[in-house]
Amino acid sequence: MIRHDDGRGEASRTGPSRRGLLTGGAGAVAALPLSAAAAARPAPHGAAQGERPRMAVKLRVNGRDHSLSLDPRTTLLDALREHLNLTGSKKGCDHGQCGACTVHLDGRRELACLTLAAAAQGRAVTTIEGLAEGEALHPMQAAFIEHDAFQCGYCTPGQILSAVACVREGHAASDDQIREYMSGNLCRCGAYPKIVEAIRDAAPRMGRG
Amino acid sequence: MRPFHYERAADRAEAVRAGAAAKGPADVHAPTQYLAGGTTLVDLMKLDVMRPATVVDINALAREHGEIRVGAEGLRLGALARMADVAADPAVRREYPLVAQSLDLAASPQIRNMASLGGNVLQRTRCPYFRDVSWTACNKRDPGSGCAAIGGVTRRLAVLGTSEHCIANYPGDFAVALAALGATVDLEGPAGRRVIAFEDLHRLPGGAPHIETNLKPGELIVGFAAPAGPWTRRSLYLKVRDRQSYEFALASAAVALDLDGGGVVREARIGLGGVAAKPWRAHEAELLLRGRRLDEAAATAAGQAAFAGAVAHGPNGFRIELGKRTLARALLQAALLKTGRMEA
Repeated sequence: MIRHDDGRGEASRTGPSRRGLLTGGAGAVAALPLSAAAAARPAPHGAAQGERPRMAVKLRVNGRDHSLSLDPRTTLLDALREHLNLTGSKKGCDHGQCGACTVHLDGRRELACLTLAAAAQGRAVTTIEGLAEGEALHPMQAAFIEHDAFQCGYCTPGQILSAVACVREGHAASDDQIREYMSGNLCRCGAYPKIVEAIRDAAPRMGRG
Repeated sequence: MRPFHYERAADRAEAVRAGAAAKGPADVHAPTQYLAGGTTLVDLMKLDVMRPATVVDINALAREHGEIRVGAEGLRLGALARMADVAADPAVRREYPLVAQSLDLAASPQIRNMASLGGNVLQRTRCPYFRDVSWTACNKRDPGSGCAAIGGVTRRLAVLGTSEHCIANYPGDFAVALAALGATVDLEGPAGRRVIAFEDLHRLPGGAPHIETNLKPGELIVGFAAPAGPWTRRSLYLKVRDRQSYEFALASAAVALDLDGGGVVREARIGLGGVAAKPWRAHEAELLLRGRRLDEAAATAAGQAAFAGAVAHGPNGFRIELGKRTLARALLQAALLKTGRMEA
């Protein structure tokens, strides 16, 4: 099954989207060996095969409420990517070292990879998909494009979420301060000078809030 | 990550009740673990270093234990206060600069937004042999299995407080400031409330490196208190590291000084980080400085005294000299601070 809707309106396109093809294709390839391995493994502690305890988790993401049934181990990042199909938040290191999974929780920048989905209940989650106002990009998104503040783009959603918070916190007063308060977001392409430029430029355009 | 039961405690009583089910010492393998920011616990669960059967989410306790208060009697911090909020508090920055700086210089902005103070002081060593379970010898992870770090890559490991069974270092910053200030910790457990000296919270590895703290089963840190004193304003946290930001200390020093008008030390409070098995208070260096004019010779002598008992393990030897110089520089910088306090 291919799902096209990644929260950015790609479902309205005709034909499969690039992302839909990628996620669908990967799933199809993985299906055979995974189910074969599961069949060979004995059921643990008499539990029915493939059944793990699930818990009801309610998440509020980009202003929309979602009710999910999740394994307690599910991180917020996996809930967003695998269960809500919001693949803008990226899995880099998955250990809180790279910042690619940065999202806002109640307006604060935090790491979705080290947050259990269950522990994010009752908090408003904002991802890169929720930053634009309809077709109008957030000033920080626009500035990243204008300043060419990325190459491969993998770290970019995390950089942008972090940058928005950095400005709102009042930590974008100088290039040095921007560098210090953006140190939790790594960019292996080395786009750092352009990222600093983009943040410096977007800060006054963001106003207060 | 191994399967676990997730529970959410509505308040302190519920949290302690859930924790009371835990048996045995509060070590890496305690079957019940409290979850606040998750920045240490979730990481180590993913690495399979920690394998709790039950995770008790205590974030709701922020309502009763989230305070940040600077008063005449001293500093009071709730265990659920977040690192970023304490670091940004104007009164903390003014009256306890070493505390604000130790938090500001730690981790990344995202992690500082998440991490609670209680979890921060309990963060576990970054010793690579502890974090990577493919190394079978780690007395901290698996008591009696040996120590793969001794004779291994030791560059970042401890030179103070180690034993022949473990040379892991305590990696945190905030705890070093608490040690210097002679802070206390409020604990809540199945047997009720007790207050202990912060210096007694962490244990030296000795023959039981897997027991890292003196917390009793199910016991929960609910707050910290640091006494007021004429030294708190003239204080700073100096952190020396491989990268300028978002990096653990190779060596750090938390210093707080009370000087008379002539620059003679009435009182010195010194904590050392990065270099020791636990948050380290350098009592010998404090004693040496008392009554002495704080010049370069005195600062250098304090560094010598603080590291007199240091033991090198191969590649980490350079950090003895680095630690001495870090402390000396911190002392000299603190002596130059303009504190804005009227001399009594």
